[in-house]
Parts: sequence; C-alpha cells; structure tokens
Amino acid sequence: MPDIKTEVMTVNMGPQHPSTHGVLRLVLELDGETVLTASPTIGYLHTGIEKTTEQKKWQQVIPLVERMDYLSAQSNSMAFCLSVEKLLALEIPERVSNIRVLLAELQRINSHLVWLGTHGMEVGAVSVMLYCFRERELLLNINELLAGFRLFPSYMRVGGLREDLPRGFHAAVVAFLDRFGPKLDEYEDLLTKNEIYLKRTQGVGVISKEAAVAYSLVGPIARAAGVDYDVRRFFPYLGYETYDFAVPTQTKGDVYSRYLVRVAEMRESMKICRQALARITPTGIFAVADPRITPPPKDRVYTEMEALIQHFLIYSQGFTVPAGEAYVPVEGPRGEHGFYVVSDGSNRPWRIKSRAPSLLACQALERMIVGGLIADVIAVIGSIDVVMGDVDR
Amino acid sequence: MDADTLVATLQAAVPDAQIEGAPTVDPQTTIYVSRDEVPALARALRDRPELAFDFLAELTAVDYWPKEPRYEVVYVLVSLAHRLRLRMKVRVPADDPHVATVSGVWPAANWLEREVWDLFGIAFDGHPDPRRLLMPEDWQGYPLRKDYPVQIRMIPNASEALQVTEEEFRANLMKDRLTRGR
Repeated sequence: MPDIKTEVMTVNMGPQHPSTHGVLRLVLELDGETVLTASPTIGYLHTGIEKTTEQKKWQQVIPLVERMDYLSAQSNSMAFCLSVEKLLALEIPERVSNIRVLLAELQRINSHLVWLGTHGMEVGAVSVMLYCFRERELLLNINELLAGFRLFPSYMRVGGLREDLPRGFHAAVVAFLDRFGPKLDEYEDLLTKNEIYLKRTQGVGVISKEAAVAYSLVGPIARAAGVDYDVRRFFPYLGYETYDFAVPTQTKGDVYSRYLVRVAEMRESMKICRQALARITPTGIFAVADPRITPPPKDRVYTEMEALIQHFLIYSQGFTVPAGEAYVPVEGPRGEHGFYVVSDGSNRPWRIKSRAPSLLACQALERMIVGGLIADVIAVIGSIDVVMGDVDR
Repeated sequence: MDADTLVATLQAAVPDAQIEGAPTVDPQTTIYVSRDEVPALARALRDRPELAFDFLAELTAVDYWPKEPRYEVVYVLVSLAHRLRLRMKVRVPADDPHVATVSGVWPAANWLEREVWDLFGIAFDGHPDPRRLLMPEDWQGYPLRKDYPVQIRMIPNASEALQVTEEEFRANLMKDRLTRGR
C-alpha cells in the first residue's frame, strides 16, 4: 500500500466564532484532529477603559469598571470602591459591607449560571442553557428592583451604596434562594453523571497545580487543579472571616473538575447569601456619613441652603482623593480581581489598572489545548470562563 | 512577616540590590528596588523558602509624567505558603525605558509584560515574544502614556493584506512544502 501523504493544516478559529465567548481568535495547527500548536490573539475588544477612567471623576468610573468584566458587574464596582475607600481611609458601616457581600455572592451565582449554560450548550446539553438562563432572569430581576438596570446596576458607590434597599428586596432574595437550591440539583442531574458529558470533559484540558500557580491562574480554574487559593480566606475583606462557608477544591485540573468546583461554589454562595441576608435590616444606613462624599438626601437639598451647596459640589466637582496608591483584592466569580488605583490628590484618578483574571486564563489556554483534539478546544474555552471584556478592557 | 524583616531577608539574598520600604495606606508591604537587580530579586523572592512568592498576581506600570523618573513598573506578588502580599516597584527613567524580563521566573509575566510594552512603551530585555498585545501591530505610540494624544484620529493599516512578489510567494510555498508536508 503506498504511503498516504498527510500535512499539517492551519485553522483560524475566531474572532467571530460562536463558542469563543466574544472575540477571541485562535490560530491552530492541526495534524488530523490533534492540535499541534495554538496561538491566541486578543485585543479585538480593547476599548481603552483604563485610559478613559483617567478623564472621569471618581464616582463616574463605576459604570465603566462594571463594563469591563460584563458578567460580574457588582463585583467589579465593589472592588473599585474598596480600593478608593482605602485611599480615602473611610470606615464603611457594617450594614453596607453585608449588603455588598450579598450582592457579590448573587453576582457570583449569576456569572456561574451564564458559564454553566453556555458551557453546557457547547458540549451538547442545550436544555441546561435554557434552564440556567431561566434562573438568571430572577437575579436580573433583583438587579432591576435594586437599581432599575439589569446588567450593570451601578448600585455601588464610593462610600457605600447609591440608595437604600428597595421595599420587597428581602422577599425577592429569599424567593430566589428557595427556588434555586432544588434547581441546582436539577442541573446536576442533567450533567454530573451524564455519560456523554463525562466523556467530553474528564481528562480534557488538564493543567497541573504547579502550572496553575506559575501561570497565575486563580478562582475555580486554580481550585480545580488543587490550589486552595481563595481571597476570601487568604486575605479577608468585608468581614468574610465571620461567614461560614467552604472553599471547594478538586485535584484533577480538568474540565470536569472545574464544573464540579463551580457548582459547589454556587451552593456555598447560597449559604453566604442567607447568612448575609439575616444580618441586613430592611432599612438603615447605606453610606458613610461624610459630607464630602455622600450627597445629602433630596428633601434636605430642596429645603436647606447648606445641603444644596453640598449637593452641587459633589455633582459638579466630585471629591478629591489623597495622593497614594491602593489595591484591595477581592474574590470575583473568576478569581482574584481588584483595581490598582493611583491618585495624585485630585478629583480624577491618575491611573486605574484592573487585575484581569480572564487575561491570565487566556494566556494559559495554549497549555491546556495543545496535544488535545480540536473538538475539545471548545470544551476547554468554555471551562476557563473567559470574558473578553475583561481580557481586553 | 513585617516589612522590615522582609526587606532584611531580601537584602541578605541579593546584597547588591538597593531596597527601600515605602509607606502605604493598604496593608501591602511596598518596596522600591533598583532596576538592574530585578532578575536576581525575582529569583530570590520565588525560590527562598522563607519568602516563597510563587504567585505573580499583577504586573503593570504607571506613568508619572512630567516627574522624573517618569515610570514605575509594579509587581504585585503573593506568597501562597505564607499568605503574604508584596508590591515591588521599579523606577524607570523616561529617556531609557527598559527593565529585564521576569517571564523566566513567573511565566504569567509574559502577556503582562507585553501589555506594558504595548501601552507604555517600556521594553522588557530578554522577553521571549516582544510584540504588542492589545493594540494593532502597526500602531504608532503608546496609549497609556500621559503625553499620548487622545483626540487625534489615527487609522491603523493592519487590515491591508500582506503584499509579496511572485518570487517571494513561490519561495514561501516551497518552504512550506518542505518543512510542513510529511
């Protein structure tokens, strides 16, 4: 039989590929079905948010940072506020911290639901996507109740929150949590022991513990590889040390382990949500009592001269932040996230740098897909949960 | 480990380096180090068991124009074993903006250094892949520099197809056949 001549084929995957979660481009060299080399190309969604923030006042930055990692808006703005509050040396009231914990954990469930839905769909379980988006709708409704905006609520403010919790907030969150537990069991019934899902995910896209640390992987990807790094445990903020929750870890570091870690994290987030909700009174203090930063209530603005002047100053000039730098890490849905904030003492930031977990996950993608099959590339990209808005900013 | 012990340990590991502590408002030890000793310091920070900063959380730069030295390159490090955080900063002058790469010590630094090169124009000596990361390859200027003109329209020509002569095309084709066909 004569030798069959074969040659390496170069495939350009993306930027417009439905399963690259945005505009990620991969140039793959294939030997049959096997991936020989992979080079990710990013930058298609670079919008220069970090440059734009340098021309905005401190409070005006919040809507911009929410749009960086567009699946974890509340978590982003919270991280930004924590860094700026550190520079301002503000003491944040406990009720505000508890509300922030609750919103951050709801955001984590929200983000993981989008991840589970899209990842499930990509490996063939389309019904999971429909179910996940159904429950996510309830979370978006809670955002709408809070702030009138579903994806990017801009509810956090430097110094606290924009306004007090709306009527019916507690009931809405309790209704969601009561409904969500059994629904999570349903998703697990669909996937955890599903033979097809196991075949698509077990032993695929493996990254070792050492490589996860060397490539600065954080969050569920690192925890699936056995690195028990969780900022909430290692460097607690917002009083996370007073909450009772577990940090789920796995050891195999494959796509399936990442699935198990994220599902377990959603259960832990529910536990934290219930604890936080029990600590939050329906009405109360929602921002620091600092006249430089917190605008006065509207009824005082309409009746008192001083309040009017204060209102005018805050909305026209903003407030100044003492010169210096701060970085407060938080555990976002994708791992350690935070804003390195530099101030020159004026009312605008000098420099803001977002620590982007997705960028580093994207960098390590090559290691996870080389040597595997081209069909697994889709499963791996889904499993590392990259948000291109966070990669390119 | 407090800031003074850390500086002393590091100084003992790399005697040539100039290390000075800096005050901060957040609870992260901050040090300024001299530019020439960055690779040695990086290796000491990662490999010394009492330091064990094996995790590079962030690498970025700040432009303090018009002050001099103009740039600061910032390394945010985490020691997972000791639960410590460290911010190491290097001052870089405007007329000679380059630092040695640390991508051999922390592989994660590869793209982060490319991003700093892309947006600030600070070169990383010995970097394995010194290309732009986010901006188009033929972009002029470094957008996050403070003196970068923001309101000037620039049209990138990265979309133009690569132009080669017929001879070059044939040579490429042959090279491709020889190296990749099996």
